[in-house]
Amino acid sequence: MKLNITKPIIKYRNISKSFGSLRVLNDLSLDIAPNEKVALIGPSGSGKTTLGRLLMTLERPDAGTIEVDGEMLWHKEVNDQLMAADEKHLHRIRSKIGMIFQQFNLFPHMNVLRNVTEAPIHVLGLSKEEAKEHAVAMLKKVGLGERMEHYPSQLSGGQQQRVAIARALVMKPKVMVFDEVTSALDPELVGEVLAVIKEIASEGEMTMLLVTHEMDFAREVADRILFMDGGAILEQGPPEQIFGNSQNPRTRDF
Amino acid sequence: MWDWNYTLSFIPELLGALKITISATFVGFFLACLLGLPLTMARRSRCKPLSLVTAGIIEFIRSTPLLAQVYFIFYVFPNYGLSLSPFAAGVIALGIHYATYLSEVYRGGIEAIPKGQWEAARALNFSKSRTWIKIILPQAIPPILPVMGNYLIGMFKETPLLSAITLVEILQVAKITGAQSFRYLEPITIVGILFLVLSYISSIGVQRLETKLNRR
Ligand SMILES: Nc1ncnc2c1ncn2[C@@H]1O[C@H](COP(=O)(O)OP(=O)(O)OP(=O)(O)O)[C@@H](O)[C@H]1O
Ligand SMILES: [Mg+2]
Repeated sequence: MKLNITKPIIKYRNISKSFGSLRVLNDLSLDIAPNEKVALIGPSGSGKTTLGRLLMTLERPDAGTIEVDGEMLWHKEVNDQLMAADEKHLHRIRSKIGMIFQQFNLFPHMNVLRNVTEAPIHVLGLSKEEAKEHAVAMLKKVGLGERMEHYPSQLSGGQQQRVAIARALVMKPKVMVFDEVTSALDPELVGEVLAVIKEIASEGEMTMLLVTHEMDFAREVADRILFMDGGAILEQGPPEQIFGNSQNPRTRDF
Repeated sequence: MWDWNYTLSFIPELLGALKITISATFVGFFLACLLGLPLTMARRSRCKPLSLVTAGIIEFIRSTPLLAQVYFIFYVFPNYGLSLSPFAAGVIALGIHYATYLSEVYRGGIEAIPKGQWEAARALNFSKSRTWIKIILPQAIPPILPVMGNYLIGMFKETPLLSAITLVEILQVAKITGAQSFRYLEPITIVGILFLVLSYISSIGVQRLETKLNRR
């Protein structure tokens, strides 16, 4: 597949973010091409999650801009001036982005089917029948066609995470953020979740930002690996380069 | 000792007053449930001064006696042109007093919802109001229902306080009956039994609710 990096779908520009006195992202810039699969690796606390959360609008940048599909995410351009975006604007841009969390974050009071149909009905305005049709198809795709009446507490972690993936996918985002989606799972359940992600990745039509500690998975799925440390991207390149003969001693150590 | 004829003679009047007691409880509790909401929102507001002032008000109302608040509303408000019937003054006082407790119960219920639920709702692009209605409240309310039920029972038992502002509730009727016939044993005992029975039935209801909710 050919990636068009001259027309990025995501542009981070000079992004800085601090929590109190802790500077988590430091003047970071990054372009991601449409349909590109980018794996983010790096030591704990290096700012990987924060980078994804900024895109999902769960955190607000202190400085810099993020562009999604040609539009500012956190800002609005009014007479050539950048203004803070209002909720309406955020709502519109956010519809292009989805995120999968480490802790699944399923809605415990809804069964699997309702977890997946709730947002299509109440956010996209689909009819119940339509939403159900999409949800059933998506749940089958992630291998949970038989579990639709179950509640999240009745599922294994791996199953819950696959529901979360289905729940995000029915919203048809262009970009998906996966934040260490297997690190809360028992080792024997990691494979089933990674397999689902690999399948989605192989279909091509999705831009993915994958924060992961699973190096084999990153090597297999990603077009590009980013190594982050101290709130900056220290090194990046195709998997062969990063895993093969990294120029950077810190990357090699890691 | 116990005079059944006498007992039967005042029972109808007592049951009439029981209606007043029960309606004061429910109207007061309804007010408390409603008033608790804005208190919770103000308390949780990101605007620090508002949150602090609200916390102060809540603390003040909770740590002054309900009776003083009842007197204040009934006897002081008329000086400022607001004369209320004993019933109205009573339920307003109960409503305000218990609203401060309920607001903290609401707050506890809301804050027990993990941050991840809010974040998942945002990631799926739910609007603010949908997030509350579909995600947060359905999870926050069931666990606090038993606590709310216990406050309802507590409030029921405090209604005799309203006799202090001449509301004719059951204890007041019992007292008047006793004073007229110089026999307090029967009326006061019957009132006690009425409170016991009603509170007991309600608390069994609350317990049932609790086990049902815990099973889920
Ligand atoms: N909401 C927050 N408030 C305060 N500090 C935070 C917050 N979120 C993140 N941090 C801190 O920011 C730093 C970077 O966090 P981040 O989660 O982005 O790192 P990470 O690279 O994802 O690490 P890990 O591999 O452990 O997940 C950490 O030191 C973290 O403790
Ligand atoms: Mg992280």
